[in-house]
Amino acid sequence: MHPAFSVIFLTTLIGVGQGLFLALVTGQVYSLANLLQPQDSVHFYAMGAALSLAFLLAGLLASFFHLGHPERAWRSAAKWRTSWLSREVIVLPLLMLLIALYAAVHYFGLTQSLFVIQGVISVDASLILGILGAIAAFALYFCTAMIYASIKFIEEWHSPLTLINFTLFGLASGFMLAAAFSAWTGVDLVGFFGTWAVIFTFAAGVSRGMSLRRNRHLVHKSSLQTAIGIRHNRIEQKSQGFMGGSFNTREFFHGASEAGVRLVFGFFLLAVFVLPVLLLGASYWLASPYLPVAAFVIQYLGLMAERWYFFAEAKHPQNLYYQSMA
Amino acid sequence: MTQMALVIDLNVCVGCHACVTSCKEWNTSGWAGPLTDHRPYDKDPTGTFFNRVQTFEVGEFPRTETVHFPKSCLHCEEPPCVPVCPTGASYKREDNGVVLVDYDKCIGCKYCSWACPYGMRELDEYQKVMKKCTLCIDRIANDTLPEAERKPACVLACPTSARLFGDVHDPDSEVSMAIREQGGYQLMPEWGTKPANHYLPRRKTRIQIFEDELERADNPLRKEAPLPAAEGETLDDVSF
Repeated sequence: MHPAFSVIFLTTLIGVGQGLFLALVTGQVYSLANLLQPQDSVHFYAMGAALSLAFLLAGLLASFFHLGHPERAWRSAAKWRTSWLSREVIVLPLLMLLIALYAAVHYFGLTQSLFVIQGVISVDASLILGILGAIAAFALYFCTAMIYASIKFIEEWHSPLTLINFTLFGLASGFMLAAAFSAWTGVDLVGFFGTWAVIFTFAAGVSRGMSLRRNRHLVHKSSLQTAIGIRHNRIEQKSQGFMGGSFNTREFFHGASEAGVRLVFGFFLLAVFVLPVLLLGASYWLASPYLPVAAFVIQYLGLMAERWYFFAEAKHPQNLYYQSMA
Repeated sequence: MTQMALVIDLNVCVGCHACVTSCKEWNTSGWAGPLTDHRPYDKDPTGTFFNRVQTFEVGEFPRTETVHFPKSCLHCEEPPCVPVCPTGASYKREDNGVVLVDYDKCIGCKYCSWACPYGMRELDEYQKVMKKCTLCIDRIANDTLPEAERKPACVLACPTSARLFGDVHDPDSEVSMAIREQGGYQLMPEWGTKPANHYLPRRKTRIQIFEDELERADNPLRKEAPLPAAEGETLDDVSF
């Protein structure tokens, strides 16, 4: 498949935004259970949620560049019964609304306790919005990944591993950003978020490793024999019906050299799984606010490369009809 | 239910591209048009087509066969491109099973083209909407045309009659009989898309002749050997 930068930006940016919001809610729940120091509503939660919203907005903006007719984008909520793309289009603004409300509640200090469960857990509006937002964030990971995983004949994508990868990559980069945000604003949660970021990065490494392994040994169901229905071991294409290419040759081939693909592959392995963990580890000793930020930026660049590779490694069966020209 | 479809006879197709040009001519100037081109008279011309003819070589020299393979939307009975469309622009007509795109609703997200294993959909680079074979819906559903002309442009153009058109759900239609009697098959049956279009395979025409059919054993003009009178009566000696 041809990796479109609009989609690469969309999926990685909203992944970070969702992950950051989930990190904030995790922090809030931990502090509710007195496992962490409660943080300042305005400077930590409201600003953090605004940052998460900014990432989601940027992702949404990027998605418009993928459309031929962005002015008709509102129509895409119509077929939510059958289309995962339509479901994503509904869940993304819903999550943004919940995050905006969450940020507003923290910003205006509307965090008075509404009721108390069993005399211990004090529930306020931000907690309710946080939990609802967390559900929406996970639903959005699911919708985004299902857009790819639901196409059964793109066999590299048609696997539960796609869902796990999208979720874990989003969580890893989101918690990494939470650590960077904490370090930058001088909040003492770098260790907490950083530890979770490393755990999610490691888990993502395992699941992506499994999907890479699966794709390497994948035997495709379709062949040139089933594509044109002729039983012969040796079939060679002599003409594609045109000389100057078509949508079929532009949309479904990545067009990069084998060395280029290997370069991207190596870069994403290093930038997603190795360098951020080393930088975070170094920040434990050096206590520098720059290192977690650098860790996040490098992991984000790595994730863009990972998403590029995700598209490039997918082989669409239509490519069987566009193998060679005489 | 009616399911209109094409049946393409690979044994007859000569790869002349008449169906391609006729399709382009009709559809670029009609209801589904324009089918825009880029650099049409320049280097590397490209553009939107509903129908292409590809060529494959089967076998190894000298025992090779050239197969011309016309390729257009198969109007699947379980079209995977339709449910993925987020706007409902992509739909399958209830009355005749033709898969169509509503250009006014299409947002050009290309998701349907990913969801077609055959690569039959093409995005128009200028209009930025998805385009595909309409089976000439403006001909086949047009009651003002004479009956004989209510066929897709490609079918009318084919000089060798390699393209048949009809209802594959009607067991007595020309297409259903062709599929049944001449080994019609579907492309990539492994995906369960149930393409309505079928292809008829290449068929070798061989005559089987036995030696004694060429040479009557008791041919009086035979000089090489004595008449086989000793072998008794042959069928020709029996009078009725």
